[in-house]
Amino acid sequence: MADKRKKKSAGKDAVTVVVMRLYVAGRAPNSIKAIANLEAICRQHLKDGYKLEIVDVCEHPRRALDDGVLVTPSLAKLSPTPGANIIGNLGDTSSVLAALGLPTTGP
Amino acid sequence: MAKTAPRQVLQKNLTGIKGFDEISLGGLPRNRTTLVMGGPGTGKSVFALQTLVSAASKHKQPGIFVAFEENIDAIFANTAAFDWRLSTLARNRLFFMNAQLSPAFIATGDFDLGGMLAMLEAKQLEIGAQWVVFDGIDVLLSLLRTPRAKMREIYRLRDWLTRRELTSVITSKIDGGGDGTDSTNYGFMQFMVDCVVRFDRRMEQGIPVRRLEISKYRGSSFAPGEFPLSFGPHGMAVASPGATDIAQEATSERVSTGFAGLDEMLGGGLFRGSSTLITGAPGTSKTTLAGLFTESACQRGERTLFVSFDEGGERVRRNLKSVGIQLDAHMKSGLLQMYSGRTDSVNPEEHLIRIATLISQHKPRCMVIDPLSAISRTGALSSARAIGNRLIYKLRDHHITAVITALVEGNNASAEATELQISTIADNWIQLSYLVCGGERNRALTIVKSRGTRHSNQVRELVLSDTGLALSDVYSSGGEVLMGTLRWEKEAEERARAVLRETESSLKRRELQFAEADTSARIAALQLDLERQRAALELNTKNDAARHVSSGEQLTELRRLRGANGDHAVTTLPQRRAGKTRRPGGNGHGPERARRG
Repeated sequence: MADKRKKKSAGKDAVTVVVMRLYVAGRAPNSIKAIANLEAICRQHLKDGYKLEIVDVCEHPRRALDDGVLVTPSLAKLSPTPGANIIGNLGDTSSVLAALGLPTTGP
Repeated sequence: MAKTAPRQVLQKNLTGIKGFDEISLGGLPRNRTTLVMGGPGTGKSVFALQTLVSAASKHKQPGIFVAFEENIDAIFANTAAFDWRLSTLARNRLFFMNAQLSPAFIATGDFDLGGMLAMLEAKQLEIGAQWVVFDGIDVLLSLLRTPRAKMREIYRLRDWLTRRELTSVITSKIDGGGDGTDSTNYGFMQFMVDCVVRFDRRMEQGIPVRRLEISKYRGSSFAPGEFPLSFGPHGMAVASPGATDIAQEATSERVSTGFAGLDEMLGGGLFRGSSTLITGAPGTSKTTLAGLFTESACQRGERTLFVSFDEGGERVRRNLKSVGIQLDAHMKSGLLQMYSGRTDSVNPEEHLIRIATLISQHKPRCMVIDPLSAISRTGALSSARAIGNRLIYKLRDHHITAVITALVEGNNASAEATELQISTIADNWIQLSYLVCGGERNRALTIVKSRGTRHSNQVRELVLSDTGLALSDVYSSGGEVLMGTLRWEKEAEERARAVLRETESSLKRRELQFAEADTSARIAALQLDLERQRAALELNTKNDAARHVSSGEQLTELRRLRGANGDHAVTTLPQRRAGKTRRPGGNGHGPERARRG
């Protein structure tokens, strides 16, 4: 699976670009779920723009170790401050939004 | 896994934890998982980490420590008291992974250990790890919401460990507060692993006592039951029952107690390697006797260990100096080592392990523990008793000649059995007591028992003076033992009587001598008389014979003379007799002698 994926919302350089990194473990069910869940959240709630890096710890274990990753899947919000660490398959959208500091006003 | 796997002999890895490798008969199962369970502060983490440290430093087996519960820095600080050189090991053979999930982590849905295991796998390959420790797996499992998820992760972990051929230790807290699902999980975990070690910490009379128990060991036997543990400079140590072989070599070598009077009572001293219990009330000179033993051991050049409880070594030496026992020089020369421990805060088990460490370091031939009874003051009596027993067996195993004192309050006979009940194990038992009579308190010494020795049965008085100790015979009069002044009075009386008896007997002797002389003189006189009488009798007999012969001759002569010349015959008779007497004198001396006489 692709270890890195970068996405940027088209066009404008948004005021608040959320930078995130998602650590996954290969094709583990929870990891696949997490990617799907996160992509859905980003599409719906981060229209302003976001930056997501996906790291497969099975392929880059040293990097994950250095980053202090413990369990997978695990999402780190790198900017803007305050940062956040979210573990799990990100199935609970409202708590993910709350953790990322985004308004939960969704459809 | 291959079907043949269970049939092969279980291999084990040593933990290097003193005592544990003995009770587990060789350590933990190699390439398998051991679950270490226990409440907080029971020593689980120390056990796991010490195993790792020992494997890394003694057997050069690298390992990984995953800390779920405590921060690595905290672990380093907690174990700084041990001589483990963690930071050195952490540079090459040990890898520490901080795996605390801070409260800032927000769980949104299910997660798994797949990623972490992938990271550990990479690390294992990198350092060639053979061991892995998961410290505080319960913390991780508590984040998983459903029992099914927990079980799934436990399985994942087990499969991974099996695949990676790692010898692993997983620690997990158990406390009464856990919910139902937790206990189900622990039950499952215990089933899953090959070895389970339970840790326990209980308060016994205000002192925490830690114990461990192997509750499961698949494919191996182990020593059953709970074993106390404590912490020393090298880390954790488990009090194992040690060598069960009681066939110890018995020697007939005698070791002096340093007290001639006592040696004599014991038939020459203590047997080498024997243990001697000295019991007594406070102030009955137990320590002085122990000091004498120490001094004489050092004078013989034997390494000696003096363990004093509740009193510092310096004070002990000062007090002993006041009765003429000099130990300072032996301290300086290194022959004597003193260990002092307070018994009000440390549990007895810890003392035992410290003493065991000292024995292995100092290698003493003689040893004193003063007083052992101090350990029964803290902690439960039953455990103190067990420690007393183990200590004596340990000394015996090391062939150390030991003098152990024990305080006995009061003078009642039941107390003589000693609270610690070590009197039955000790080879010799010397009882010191106070006897009160005639308004005095005097010290008395009795040998209650002495194995393999024809010892004195007497009660002796122990006299303490500036010149040291002495044993006096005691007087018993009318079944009562006399001591102190009463003894002195009795002694003086005895002395006076002895003088009188001596005078009397010398008079008698002289009388008898006189009588004897008189009798023998009389015998001599009678003998002389007897000889005189015999001589007289002989003379008489001879005269008779001579008279008879001469009368015959006379008759013949007379007849002849009458027949011829009667005058001549009369003169010849005296001439013949004179010639006869002169013959023995011979050589012409005869006439001179006759003249002198």
